[in-house]
Amino acid sequence: MRFQFKTEYNDDIRLYQDRVQLAWYVALLITAVSLPLFLGDFYISQVTFILIFSIAGMGIMLLVGHTGLVSLGHAAFLAAGAYSTVNLELLGVPFFLALPLGGLFAGVLGAVLAIPVLRLTGIYLAIATLALAIIIEDIIVLAEPLTGGVVGLSVDSIYLFSAAGPEINIYFTPFRFYYLALAVAALVALLYANILRSSTGRAFLAIRDSEVSARAMGINVARYKTLSFGLSCFITGLAGGLLAHFLGHINHEAFLILTSIELLMIVVIGGLGSIHGAFFGAIVFGMLPLTVSIAIETFGAPLGITSTTLPGLSTGIFAGLLVMFILVEPFGIYGRWLKIRTYFQLFPLYRRDMFRRHKSYLKTERMR
Amino acid sequence: MSLLSVEGISIHFGGLKAVDDVSFEVREGEVFTIVGPNGAGKSTIFNLISRFYDPSAGAIRFDGRDITRLKAEDIAPLGIARTFQNIELFDHSTVLQNLLVGRHRHRRSNFVANAFFLPSVRREEVEHREAIEKVIDFLDLQPYRNKMIAGLPYGVRKVVELARSLACEPKLLLLDEPASGLSVEETQDMAFWIEDIQKDMGVSVLMVEHDMSLVAQVSDRVLAIDHGAMLATGTPAEVQNDPLVIEAYLGREEA
Repeated sequence: MRFQFKTEYNDDIRLYQDRVQLAWYVALLITAVSLPLFLGDFYISQVTFILIFSIAGMGIMLLVGHTGLVSLGHAAFLAAGAYSTVNLELLGVPFFLALPLGGLFAGVLGAVLAIPVLRLTGIYLAIATLALAIIIEDIIVLAEPLTGGVVGLSVDSIYLFSAAGPEINIYFTPFRFYYLALAVAALVALLYANILRSSTGRAFLAIRDSEVSARAMGINVARYKTLSFGLSCFITGLAGGLLAHFLGHINHEAFLILTSIELLMIVVIGGLGSIHGAFFGAIVFGMLPLTVSIAIETFGAPLGITSTTLPGLSTGIFAGLLVMFILVEPFGIYGRWLKIRTYFQLFPLYRRDMFRRHKSYLKTERMR
Repeated sequence: MSLLSVEGISIHFGGLKAVDDVSFEVREGEVFTIVGPNGAGKSTIFNLISRFYDPSAGAIRFDGRDITRLKAEDIAPLGIARTFQNIELFDHSTVLQNLLVGRHRHRRSNFVANAFFLPSVRREEVEHREAIEKVIDFLDLQPYRNKMIAGLPYGVRKVVELARSLACEPKLLLLDEPASGLSVEETQDMAFWIEDIQKDMGVSVLMVEHDMSLVAQVSDRVLAIDHGAMLATGTPAEVQNDPLVIEAYLGREEA
């Protein structure tokens, strides 16, 4: 059992709780940086894919997990980030500027769309954002000069600073692409954690738990919801810019309504309300198709089952997982991990009820 | 000198006159209590002052400023903090986070500075923490700092809500039934705290409360209302003995 003795306020402000936790984070970082030493090109590109979806997951986590707003249309902002990054690069903007600008475009677009949409709450908000997910597919097809229409755009390698600068391509230089994705993911996670430990993040949490008292504390709910939506879309847009280069060719099929739902599933399975959850969810989402196809090859061959005789198996399993998590572990993988950790930290004092949801007391009837 | 003055406010929900032409003043440094039977319109008056409801007539002035048409989120920055009858805390945050939300009106950094956690943001966070530590010491919340609200007992939540409103450093504190659901001991603690808030911190208090012993102990003046209309104003003893008030609570004596 570990005790934390706090001697100054910074103990509560800094990003890690104690030295043990810091050591774990450093170990994780070292593992991540040295990963290319252990994994081949194929697996590195899989991990890169996971990292890109972790970034997108963090984007939607900020909105769904921390501000309590639901969005079924985040593929639209993934697309906005992807197409604007690629188009900026076609205009000759180097990638290190094009990516944040593409994200910014997605963020501003999100914030502008949020102003009317966020007047809705709950199921109505879900439907409005769902409409967004449907519209974006058509917009991509119609906006041919920018998106290449149905054919789509083929995306060149990443040139970080200039055409002479380091070339990054997922097929030719997967390690470089991996480090780029890792750097963006780490930076986003850091900025995200910073937001959460300051007044902006607390305002988001306040809106999630009680809008009425958030307003009574002087939080401009409309403004902070818009900000949350904008930041969420900004982060998702960054993931979109990376995804475009990862895929090498993008058209409307990369940003289907299913993608939006998958993004939402990532955060639900990973665990709502934690940055870790976005990563856990992306790992499940990224590894599942691979695991399923390996499993089919290994165990299915004697039974005559191949991936063509059982199409959509991984999608089915993913959906099944989602249902199971909602029923059994509403806090997702991260919630389960917290329980396991607490079990060992408190061993043998852990009680089953420690994480039980407590009955909430009467809520003030909603005003207006 | 009056800090808050409510001038003839009314509000109707359909045909129901929830508050009908109510006027009163809260003077600087006093504890002013509104009493009345259930459904008399006490909480509605609170929701009018904290601007969740729009009055259909009348005006509300705070510190010489007309706040009748302000938005709900612009009330706290003026220095009016409130608690809710049915505790409205941020359930899935810790006590510290809840109290820090109370500091929202004192924040100085924007979200970009927050994202990069500039040195100024860190200094600001420490300042906020120092401010809420004073509140934590005052209300004896030390054991609960890092506890989730969702796991706290009712009595503690009540105190955390009071603490959060004090973290605002308000000039006027609106307490909606601070003692409801509290045990006798907890109510006694609440009475001492309210007295200290008034005398030591110099904060004026506007309170709605049913517990007459608490009202009598801490209030300077009392307003009794029933069916949205004013019955009597005066010291706690005067109001308790007012025939109209007795009638509202107990009914008329048959001759």
